[in-house]
Amino acid sequence: MKKNISSLVKNKSKMNYDLDLLKDMYKKMLLIRRFEEKAGQLYGMGKIGGFCHLYIGQEAVVVGIQSAQMEGDSIVTSYRDHGHMIACDMDPKGVMAELTGREDGYSKGKGGSMHMFSREKGFFGGHGIVAAQVPIGAGLAFAHKYNMNNNVCITYFGDGAANQGQVYESYNIASLWQLPVIFVIENNKYGMGTSVNRSSAGDNLSDRGKAYGIESEIVDGMDIIAVREAAIKAIEYCRLGKGPYILEMKTYRYRGHSMSDPAKYRTRDEVEQIRKTSDPIENIKVLLNKMGVVDKVLKDIDVEIKSIIADAAKFAQDSPEPSPSELYTDITIN
Amino acid sequence: MTIEILMPALSPTMEEGTLAKWLVNEGDSISSGDLIAEIETDKATMEVEAVDDGKIGQLLVPAGTEGVKVNTPIALLIDSTELPHTSIKTIADKPYLEKEKITTELKIKKPVKLEPNSSIITVREALRNAMAEEMRSDKKVFVMGEEVAEYQGAYKVTQGLLDEFGNKRVYDTPITEHGFAGIGIGAAFGNLKPIIEFMTFNFAMQAMDQIINSAAKTLYMSGGQMGCPIVFRGPNGAASRVAAQHSQCYASWYSHCPGLKVVSPWSSKDAKGLLKSAIRDPDPVIFLENEVMYGQSFSCPDDDDFLVPIGQANIEKEGSDVTIIAFSIMVGKSLEAADILNEKGIKAEVINLRSLRPLDTETIINSVKKTNRAVTCEEGFPFAGIGAEISAAINENAFDWLDAPVKRVTGKDVPMPYAANLEKLALPQVDDIVNACTEVCYKR
Repeated sequence: MKKNISSLVKNKSKMNYDLDLLKDMYKKMLLIRRFEEKAGQLYGMGKIGGFCHLYIGQEAVVVGIQSAQMEGDSIVTSYRDHGHMIACDMDPKGVMAELTGREDGYSKGKGGSMHMFSREKGFFGGHGIVAAQVPIGAGLAFAHKYNMNNNVCITYFGDGAANQGQVYESYNIASLWQLPVIFVIENNKYGMGTSVNRSSAGDNLSDRGKAYGIESEIVDGMDIIAVREAAIKAIEYCRLGKGPYILEMKTYRYRGHSMSDPAKYRTRDEVEQIRKTSDPIENIKVLLNKMGVVDKVLKDIDVEIKSIIADAAKFAQDSPEPSPSELYTDITIN
Repeated sequence: MTIEILMPALSPTMEEGTLAKWLVNEGDSISSGDLIAEIETDKATMEVEAVDDGKIGQLLVPAGTEGVKVNTPIALLIDSTELPHTSIKTIADKPYLEKEKITTELKIKKPVKLEPNSSIITVREALRNAMAEEMRSDKKVFVMGEEVAEYQGAYKVTQGLLDEFGNKRVYDTPITEHGFAGIGIGAAFGNLKPIIEFMTFNFAMQAMDQIINSAAKTLYMSGGQMGCPIVFRGPNGAASRVAAQHSQCYASWYSHCPGLKVVSPWSSKDAKGLLKSAIRDPDPVIFLENEVMYGQSFSCPDDDDFLVPIGQANIEKEGSDVTIIAFSIMVGKSLEAADILNEKGIKAEVINLRSLRPLDTETIINSVKKTNRAVTCEEGFPFAGIGAEISAAINENAFDWLDAPVKRVTGKDVPMPYAANLEKLALPQVDDIVNACTEVCYKR
């Protein structure tokens, strides 16, 4: 997935896009969707406990941005994090086993859906407190700058988190110290059950960066090409040492806030309408068809992904529960 | 008409200061608002303005005099028509001073015993040395906080660090505790070793979520992947006359949470050794200092590798009749109490906890098994405090050795009052410790 960004000439028409890259992105988005559908199913069967926040509908955001990153970049996000982990190439088996609370999970079963990490893949969580990941992301960017390694940190948060004070404390310091951090606001229109219009003053959340002198862009988060192009621009800006950048991704989650959310705050029609007209996976599928990729090829991808997900689900249920001795490990290092 | 110009109090904890420099001479006419002197406090050098108009009649305290107590007359202001007393050169010569019996003597303190390969330095210097030494030996260590760089530290603890290490290692932050605590934690996740200074721990409550939910818990929630090698340090506990929001001990708050280490030094030796251990530690460490202790001097080892291990208490004074368990400023008060108790025929053993989590239960229990009596001392509130925890540990581990119930000396269960008399009542005093010890020894 981590393609060299300079090999792609910007402003190409979509039809000229690298076909392998598009296929990769399609595959990854589909992997996330099928993973989340399976997680929802396992939750319904009582195999997954606690809070479980699904990413279905928002896949283009993380996959598009991930395609613009380079080795060594770090990412950090909220509790709606399964998609981000899969986009980082974390093993779906390990992620699913964490959801089922088993010893082969990324956190040995001690973190659960909202708290998973992989230093190896540059994924720094998975944070359960709304907006807590935002200063942490700025801090990871601080470390990149301190170490002069030319990496950036992608810091994701939702429209709900965008009203937390620590976001603006982070904007201020990130701009003041020109930290290489891209703040990605995944605006899926609802912070739990409260729509952006009912919770957030002003027109666009991205406008709030202006007060801190932070460049921003509003992006159609359902269009993976648009996401990728915006990410390339933002990441380049950060790598040049010009400071932070805000990308406001207009996106949509099809499922409730968490598994126990009846979603009475919006109509079924609203969800259906968006599924029909702007589903990110359907969008790219149409594009691939237009570029001559036949249904058979897409079908093969589907089959491959189904088998990955089936394996992950089986693995997550076969993996043993953590040993009782794990209760007292990892509290401190020494 | 003669007006006395008095040594001003320039900070809440200032009791005395150095009259560094006079900016006026005897005979000079001055107006209210004119700068007349530079005074060095424990925190900074401050310029002092005249509050009345007139002529400087006498400079009572010569420039360079140390230990001038607050409210000592330092100069006389006379009418512009009078003649100044220019013939008087030194304090000793001034009949005015003799008459009023005002002295500029240093407060009588116990002489500090210099140990081998050590220097007598203040707690403040020990803390600064610890940071500087660790920053020299490990490039990943940096300091971040409010006023730590250009201002040289609100309490001068980081003085000189900016000059030595530059602005890539010492960062002034805006006043946003939640934000910079989180940024420090992110940097620690990114393999750096931040020292985050809170101007006082009162303000760290703004950052509580990041400290507890992000720094303390992430290692566990990540199955051991996400170490957070960070130090949060700053003054904790009561300062002086700053009332409830700025005077509180947070020892039991942080000690409550698994995932954090909590230490609290008393002496310069503790300060240096514990801070160096904290910086080298791979886990998040809460480092609770005490503003009142910053200016106190102790013998402190010079060695760059001198460490006080986290989790080890120290027996500051041995005794056989009662164990006093204290930390931070209360160690000094406990030692004073032990001297008084000694005169009453009670030999008290004083334990300086140094670490609150992990708690050195072994040292406490061994001592209680010897003395059969225990008194805990802390500035914090009694309810669910450190004393409660120690008392429970003694019950669990040495119940059969106890000859009296464990007694707690604590701050009173009230928000800290401002009024001087009430503040004194709210804080645990030496007499309270003496009384508690005589009570558990059934000597009342």
